[in-house]
Amino acid sequence: MTYEVPIAPGETGEIAETTQLDGEAWPMWEVFVRARRGISHVHIGSLHAADAETALENARDVYTRRGEGVSVWVVPSEEVSAFEPDAAAEYVDANEKVYRLATHYDIPEEVGQM
Amino acid sequence: MAPPEDKFQAIVDAEDKIEPSDWMPEGYRKTLIRQIAQHAHSEVIGMQPEGNWITRAPSLHRKAILMAKVQDEAGHGLYLYSAAETLGVNRDEMQELLHQGKHKYSSIFNYPTLNWADMGTIGWLVDGAAITNQVMLTRCSYGPYSRAMVRICKEESFHQRQGYELLIRLCQGSPEQKAMAQDSINRWWWPALMMFGPHDSDSPHTEQSMAWKIKRVTNDDLRQQFVDMTVPQANYLGLEIPDPEIQWNEERGHYDFGEIDWDEFWRVVKGNGPMNRERVAHKVKAWEDGAWVREAATVYAEKKRARTAA
Repeated sequence: MTYEVPIAPGETGEIAETTQLDGEAWPMWEVFVRARRGISHVHIGSLHAADAETALENARDVYTRRGEGVSVWVVPSEEVSAFEPDAAAEYVDANEKVYRLATHYDIPEEVGQM
Repeated sequence: MAPPEDKFQAIVDAEDKIEPSDWMPEGYRKTLIRQIAQHAHSEVIGMQPEGNWITRAPSLHRKAILMAKVQDEAGHGLYLYSAAETLGVNRDEMQELLHQGKHKYSSIFNYPTLNWADMGTIGWLVDGAAITNQVMLTRCSYGPYSRAMVRICKEESFHQRQGYELLIRLCQGSPEQKAMAQDSINRWWWPALMMFGPHDSDSPHTEQSMAWKIKRVTNDDLRQQFVDMTVPQANYLGLEIPDPEIQWNEERGHYDFGEIDWDEFWRVVKGNGPMNRERVAHKVKAWEDGAWVREAATVYAEKKRARTAA
């Protein structure tokens, strides 16, 4: 379905993005799910909850309704520190250090698979 | 250094994804907020037409299916609010704006569910139309939206298949059951086609959305795709599509179909469909009735924190 609600003639298409709230919103949590044994937890989304316990309960209901996970982590979103893509690019320019790549080295064919 | 607009467009053109911390044009951000918020609201309001039948499902099996489906819709709403929040808006505020009538949701949910067959037709046609659109949106340029769509599409497949199977059962049943299914498709066919939005010629924002790769296929193309897919499915059920102009066009390689009643379309978009007021009123009531649960959870969390600190 198109979830873009059409802009009726005479409407600007702008929608309000903020408003006054009565109470305070619950904090946000980032959710990480381990799909099965042997692989890492992977970030899957976020949610709001009053505390870690209810965050875990909500994460189970929201993100693992069909056996998508054997283990779930929740982490307060405000506790996450991150590299942004631009900064990360400065640190990891693989092209400058090609000698770090296995494909940089020529091994004669007769040596076989290495 | 290249201007940020160029870098942004280069990422989009390369079929790479834009992530929340990337620079993006203000119009891109606003378009996404509008669309993702409306999409989230649609999932949440979309629980009502089906919730209406949970207590009247004809068997425990069908009741369990319907509850699972309604729970999925709540989950879809949450994935989407979560995607919208990466753009710097707040979920509770979006919801408050919906309550105030300042945000809209898909018009399809402003139609009533009058018989049990509607539970099948909604899965088949409404979720079918949703899948057509959402499969396209998995390729949307905004990472968090695209990822939410991948999860949602997996679950929508259950929604559509259970709906179609429900209709197969009704159509193989008594004449009354089949008549119920026919009555249902008669009411839902046109609103389902309306879900794809105005004609391309009346969608001034399509071009920009396509350039930003928020939208990948136009309204009319998606609608045609949906009709082509659905007509044979209706034939299998032995149900008649309420459009005398439906006909295979050999030359085009598509089904021709009649014109949508655009007056009705705009009437419902503008808030005057059969259920607009009731849907929002019910949503506000559910939120207010749940206030004590939210307060209790907050107080309990504070109490626990205080105990741990002590």
